[in-house]
Amino acid sequence: MNIIVCLKQVPDTETQIKIGSDRQSIVTDDIKWVMNPYDEYGVEEALRLKEKHGGEVTVVGLGPKRVTESIRTALAMGADKGILISDGALDGSDSLAHAKAIAAAIKDLQYDLIFTGQRGVDDDLGIVGATLAEALNIPQLSLIVKVEVAEDGKSVKVQRPIEGETLVITSTLPALITAQKGLNEPRYASLPGIMKAKKKPLAEKSLADLGLNSADFGAGARKMKILELTPPPAREAGKIVPGETPQEKAAQLAKLLHDEAKVL
Amino acid sequence: MYFNEEHHALRDMVKKFVDKEINPNVDEWEEKTVPLHELFKKMGNLGLLGITYDQKYGGQGLDYWFDLVFLEELGHINAGGVPMAIAVHTHMATPAIHEYGSEYLKETYLKPAIAGDMVSAIGVTEPAAGSDVAGLKTKAIRDGNSYVINGSKLFITNGCQADFVTLLARTDDRPGFHSFGLFIVPTDLPGFVVSRKLDKLGMRCSDTAELFFDDLRVPAENLIGEAGEGFIIQMKQFQYERFCTLPGTYISARDTINMTINYISQRMAFGKPLIKNQVLRHRLVDWITEIECLKHLTYHIVRMKMEGFDATREISMGKLLAGELSFKVANGCLQMFGGMGYMNESLISRNFRDSRLLSIGGGADEVMKEVIARLEGF
Repeated sequence: MNIIVCLKQVPDTETQIKIGSDRQSIVTDDIKWVMNPYDEYGVEEALRLKEKHGGEVTVVGLGPKRVTESIRTALAMGADKGILISDGALDGSDSLAHAKAIAAAIKDLQYDLIFTGQRGVDDDLGIVGATLAEALNIPQLSLIVKVEVAEDGKSVKVQRPIEGETLVITSTLPALITAQKGLNEPRYASLPGIMKAKKKPLAEKSLADLGLNSADFGAGARKMKILELTPPPAREAGKIVPGETPQEKAAQLAKLLHDEAKVL
Repeated sequence: MYFNEEHHALRDMVKKFVDKEINPNVDEWEEKTVPLHELFKKMGNLGLLGITYDQKYGGQGLDYWFDLVFLEELGHINAGGVPMAIAVHTHMATPAIHEYGSEYLKETYLKPAIAGDMVSAIGVTEPAAGSDVAGLKTKAIRDGNSYVINGSKLFITNGCQADFVTLLARTDDRPGFHSFGLFIVPTDLPGFVVSRKLDKLGMRCSDTAELFFDDLRVPAENLIGEAGEGFIIQMKQFQYERFCTLPGTYISARDTINMTINYISQRMAFGKPLIKNQVLRHRLVDWITEIECLKHLTYHIVRMKMEGFDATREISMGKLLAGELSFKVANGCLQMFGGMGYMNESLISRNFRDSRLLSIGGGADEVMKEVIARLEGF
């Protein structure tokens, strides 16, 4: 079975994010870029399915040249080939445009399953998976924590957690799955894997290569507009509840919760 | 400037491994000792235990820059005992097997060591002979197709958990350097005794043993290299051992400084953050400068190793500098932490304890100075 995994490169979750002077973007100078953690679950699941059912795993990334590093990481984990959609005209595009470009890169490939992360941890929008499934006219199974492909490779049974219950869904293939935390524990790229990755094929495609019109992309074509980015409010210092004994402290805490926090 | 895309990828992988598989556990390991078989198996699966070794035995056949990247990232581990246990296995107990061992020894011991299926230890130091290696008393006497070993070894890192010890023993009583054998001693042989697990000032998560050999009979084929040449082979193996201490030292010293800068930027005294005091700022800068020097001496050594030069002089200088610097930085930073630094709950107190060893182990500072003086011709 052939599987496509879409991946996004995002700032490392340990990065201190600074808002730029335009108030609409972040300062990218000192950022360490990593594969979106939800996409990593997708890569891992694709590799496990490949190990069980055979076939090929293709990784598709979109963005500037540096995205190559994240694609190589997926190749080092065991994916077979990569595609990077890179074009200056993509700068400033919104998620809808990204999904459109990815769909164009995928539509002529042979695939049974597509994985995306359930969202990128940078913008937290969660739009690409759904838009991509719509553009390719295939079912979308979102926020999935368990995937079982039928022996005949024609259908898939998945689990999605909902409010303490589990929804079990079956679907025909091809289908698109958005990966949620809990799906698996992604493997590390081994050192032999890292050394093999540089010999694996990685194609770079421009919008023209994909038969797309540059005018439909970029900041001017955005349907979603960012008005302003603001930092979260600074956290206030905590309060230590005084008291000699646990009983005294508990009584004092209850009083504060009632009088000050007004939650009791 | 020094690293390519694959070096960076290795760095990212080891960093992730340290952050997820090691650092969350070190507090527990400091209490209970690091479980080496479990840790080494994970590392073996990722190809980390034989980076420069021949692919024929499961190694990666890569150059010393990859080795350096690996050692640098181990420097971020929050307890010195873990990188020490790993380095004993990768840089102290196995290089001689790779370089001088027979095909049989490589297949039987090096291969499983690289895969992480076997844990190794290096047995050189004895109760009466440490840095003065030629004074060793443990004997290995040839008897038919085996050697019979009697004696003891002290301060043996990984000694309680090891599957084999790379052991230096005297094969005859003649004076000089050609009366020794370096043996691979499997720890399941009759006569192998772990007499004590030792209690140490620092490196508390690492297991350190006293070993005792009572008529231990080891097959003659377990001798590494030529009979009588064990001392010479071990002197060469020491170069790997001493080199491998350098990258982790400048990385962990820098981490210690970063942690200290962070603390004294917030710590208020006399109405301003401590870091505003010029005397503290200048002290930090002196250390950062020395750390940078050690790093570039290390990079120079890597270049020498890559070109096939003998780097004994530079490695000895690096080891000397590293031992002095790591303790100086940890001690000085603890001072800046004040009373908080004296508490066992602060990481700096562990750094202080752990950093004391490097001037003693792997050839004491005084021995390094003698080696350098000899190489300088006086």
